Amino acid sequence: MIPACPLADLPRGEAFRLETDPPVSVFHTEDGELFALDDTCTHQDASLADGWVEDCWVECPLHASKFNLKTGEVDAPPAKLPVRTHQVVVEDGMIYVKLSTAAPNLPHCVARKLAGAGT
Amino acid sequence: MVGASLAGLSAARSLRKQGYDGRLVVIGDELHRPYDRPPLSKEFLAGTLGEEDLTLEADGEDLSAEWLLGVRATGLDHTARAVRLADGREVHADGFVIATGAAARTFPGSEGLAGVHTLRTLDDARALRDELVRGGRLVVIGGGFIGAEVASTAYALGLEVTVIEAAPTPLAGPLGETMGAVVSALHADHGVRLLCGVGVKGLSGERQVDAVLLEDGRSIPADIVVVGVGARPCVEWLEGSGVVLDNGVKCGADGRTSLAGVVAVGDCASWYDPRAGHHRRVEHWTGARERPEAAIATLLAGGAVEPGVPRPPYFWSDQYGVKIQFAGHATGADSVTIEDGAADDRNVLAVYRRAGNPVAVLGMNQPRLFMRWRKQLAATS
Repeated sequence: MIPACPLADLPRGEAFRLETDPPVSVFHTEDGELFALDDTCTHQDASLADGWVEDCWVECPLHASKFNLKTGEVDAPPAKLPVRTHQVVVEDGMIYVKLSTAAPNLPHCVARKLAGAGT
Repeated sequence: MVGASLAGLSAARSLRKQGYDGRLVVIGDELHRPYDRPPLSKEFLAGTLGEEDLTLEADGEDLSAEWLLGVRATGLDHTARAVRLADGREVHADGFVIATGAAARTFPGSEGLAGVHTLRTLDDARALRDELVRGGRLVVIGGGFIGAEVASTAYALGLEVTVIEAAPTPLAGPLGETMGAVVSALHADHGVRLLCGVGVKGLSGERQVDAVLLEDGRSIPADIVVVGVGARPCVEWLEGSGVVLDNGVKCGADGRTSLAGVVAVGDCASWYDPRAGHHRRVEHWTGARERPEAAIATLLAGGAVEPGVPRPPYFWSDQYGVKIQFAGHATGADSVTIEDGAADDRNVLAVYRRAGNPVAVLGMNQPRLFMRWRKQLAATS
């Protein structure tokens, strides 16, 4: 498990981005629920932590695809693939993320960067 | 459904999502299934995205629609409740969605001259890409978003690029003078020549274009010319149908037209904007994506639903590696303030206000702050 931040430091409606590789974001919804997702939109290199959170969805800050915070599913293009979801655990007021072992769905440009090819 | 691009596809999705399970016919004048246009001036033109990356339908998505592609609609007969097609067929229906989009304006006299392009469709982008990879001198007529994006992509491909803009400042319409100047300074930053305040008199060349002739007498040598001077709504086919036209299809705040059972969405539709108190035709991807939901609700309810207020229009542009985002309307603003970053760094969050109230926001490489302002704009305006 990876420590993210104290729960007290993450107000409702905000997101916290972990600089893991690839990065992961923890979302605290207005209803008080916590979710962890891959931070990078599956369409292009955009940080979902900068997105628009409403109900159980986060809208990518660039091109308006929405990802379900519970399941990672995408509602409509331009993104076509879901983001990975991760398990969130709160212990003694600290938020932890248990990373998924599934393969991430990274956009072309980011996948190439991670592979060391550059763009 | 007349129109098979983003607005038509979004409307088809909304129909199924909102419970319509009857027959659905989608008519499109291009042969392609719905595809994404924004990359046509960017990654697709640069060669980093292929055609398969442009499809808008998800894998396995089935809208149970009949697709009539490669055929143009030529008329709407409201009495017979039918759409006439160019090949003589008629499609009868109980409800109609008009999503015929817009077409690129061309330069008069450029017909038949090789090397002269507009950019609107996949076929346009293929043809332009095939020429850009050969290199040479590119002249872009029009310093708007399409022109600027093509210039940026061609610069990255190694072409010598000149942009010609008739107005004193490019993008002054959508962004205002001050920020139009900041954004269009990206050209000079990268050694792309920008000529402003001068009109184009004509194109020179026998079969192949060889220069762009300016009204001040200059001649700019060119191997390739891209004409990016805006688009006109594709609504000629509706003339005489009874659908009221005024800079596109004149619509209420939920896409309803002057005829019952007919709604219009996307670039061809001029919706009433309750914030502004007048009609606006908004040619943005996000409008084509979001607004059909409301139009379909109206269509299915027979006009009995109360229209909501749509979110302020939002668009983005990518130029020279800078992410440009804009929401709201710059027209009517009486001040622009840079709230974060610096214009010289091309890293800016600028807020447009009218009588002290935010009416628009512009971001250059500021996605996080931009989203905060965009949300605030939606909440307050």
